[in-house]
Amino acid sequence: MSFVTDYYNYWVVVFLMMAGFYVVIAANNLVKKVVGLGIFQTAVFMMYITIGKVKGGSAPIVAEGVESFSNPLPHVLILTAIVVGVATTAVALALIIRIKQAYGTIEENEFEDKEDLI
Amino acid sequence: MNEFIDIVLLGMLAITALGVIVLKDLFAVVMLFGVYSLLSALIFVNLDAVDVAFTEASVGAGISTVLMLGTLALTGRKEKSTSTIKLMPLLVVLVTGGALLYGTLDMPPFGDPNNPAHQHVAPRYIEESPKEIGLPNMVTSVLASYRAFDTLGETAVVFAAAIGVLSILGLPKSERTALASGLQSHLVLKVVAKLIIPLTILFALYVQFHGDYGPGGGFQAGVIAAAAIILYALVFGLPVALKVLPPSTLNILVASGVLIYAGTGLVSFALGANFLDYNVLSSDPVAGQHLGIILIELGVGITVFAAMLSIFFAFANRAERKNIS
Repeated sequence: MSFVTDYYNYWVVVFLMMAGFYVVIAANNLVKKVVGLGIFQTAVFMMYITIGKVKGGSAPIVAEGVESFSNPLPHVLILTAIVVGVATTAVALALIIRIKQAYGTIEENEFEDKEDLI
Repeated sequence: MNEFIDIVLLGMLAITALGVIVLKDLFAVVMLFGVYSLLSALIFVNLDAVDVAFTEASVGAGISTVLMLGTLALTGRKEKSTSTIKLMPLLVVLVTGGALLYGTLDMPPFGDPNNPAHQHVAPRYIEESPKEIGLPNMVTSVLASYRAFDTLGETAVVFAAAIGVLSILGLPKSERTALASGLQSHLVLKVVAKLIIPLTILFALYVQFHGDYGPGGGFQAGVIAAAAIILYALVFGLPVALKVLPPSTLNILVASGVLIYAGTGLVSFALGANFLDYNVLSSDPVAGQHLGIILIELGVGITVFAAMLSIFFAFANRAERKNIS
């Protein structure tokens, strides 16, 4: 049982990563691809935060009577990664809007066919 | 008990991810993605990462959902594709997933205090930062002082993203938008929004200036304040919101946040210390650190607020123009 409790976080993270990865490579719709990328991204975040957790530790904010803290370093890295993630997502969505305007569709197979016409 | 909460939340997360794969209605997919972000924020709280949870809840579930809905308004909500499972991608995913699962067996056990990740610099941050920087929240100390270069670069990324979106979608022009937009005819919405908006901005200011002592800081405060203005734009219409905060003002704000941040670095440089070494900003090193952190967090807050808002205005302006034509 301890083997499962030691590793289940990693296993779920791998499952989520692969679910996101599948959406990115299998979906035709560009908005859905961006959502898949977001799922993958959040799974990576969860992996880092899992590594930073210390059993019996508390959030890394000094308070009276708290001796053991979780590792603050992954928290900082992931906090900034989330904000960069939304910034790049916004650029991706803006590009999707322009693709719709130029090709009239955001389904990958459809505008690939139109590519030759332009 | 903690493990039990973790298992339940992770299970719900897995179901949400499966829903995203299966569903064809993009509106439902985007909503599920918002749920996914909120669930992961809860898991982050459970794993002691309160600052991360705060960011994920406000950024992931808030702003990115709004932007995705804005995109759907312009591109359509149905996914046109065959519902069969594609074999080749599935094979790639299964092989990669299998390799990663095999790799996790070499990972150190979850939560063990003797793991390598907790041995190197982390103990130094935990033991020394409250004395050196004088802030209870170690995440803020590391973010704004020890790793201030990273954070400066990242503020610049947000700035660049705002420029990117504005150059792709065009700057919002208030005269081109419909006058009768928004949900102005809904009296209840108007009254509730007027009650909520000032409180949200007050909360954003609290998060901004209390970030040194509790969870929060410039990133979260900027997003929360932007959310208040987005709510205002949704209820009272885009033209009114553009009058409150014209795009030209926002453009100045986006740049001035980065300037405040880099300028703080230059001031410490001019006073004879390293770039972004706040110790020299005051006669007492701890007071100098505190002043420096307040200044750069202010810069971060201003840039994030203005960048998120101008990105939202660019998306909303496109949608309004589409409605007119």
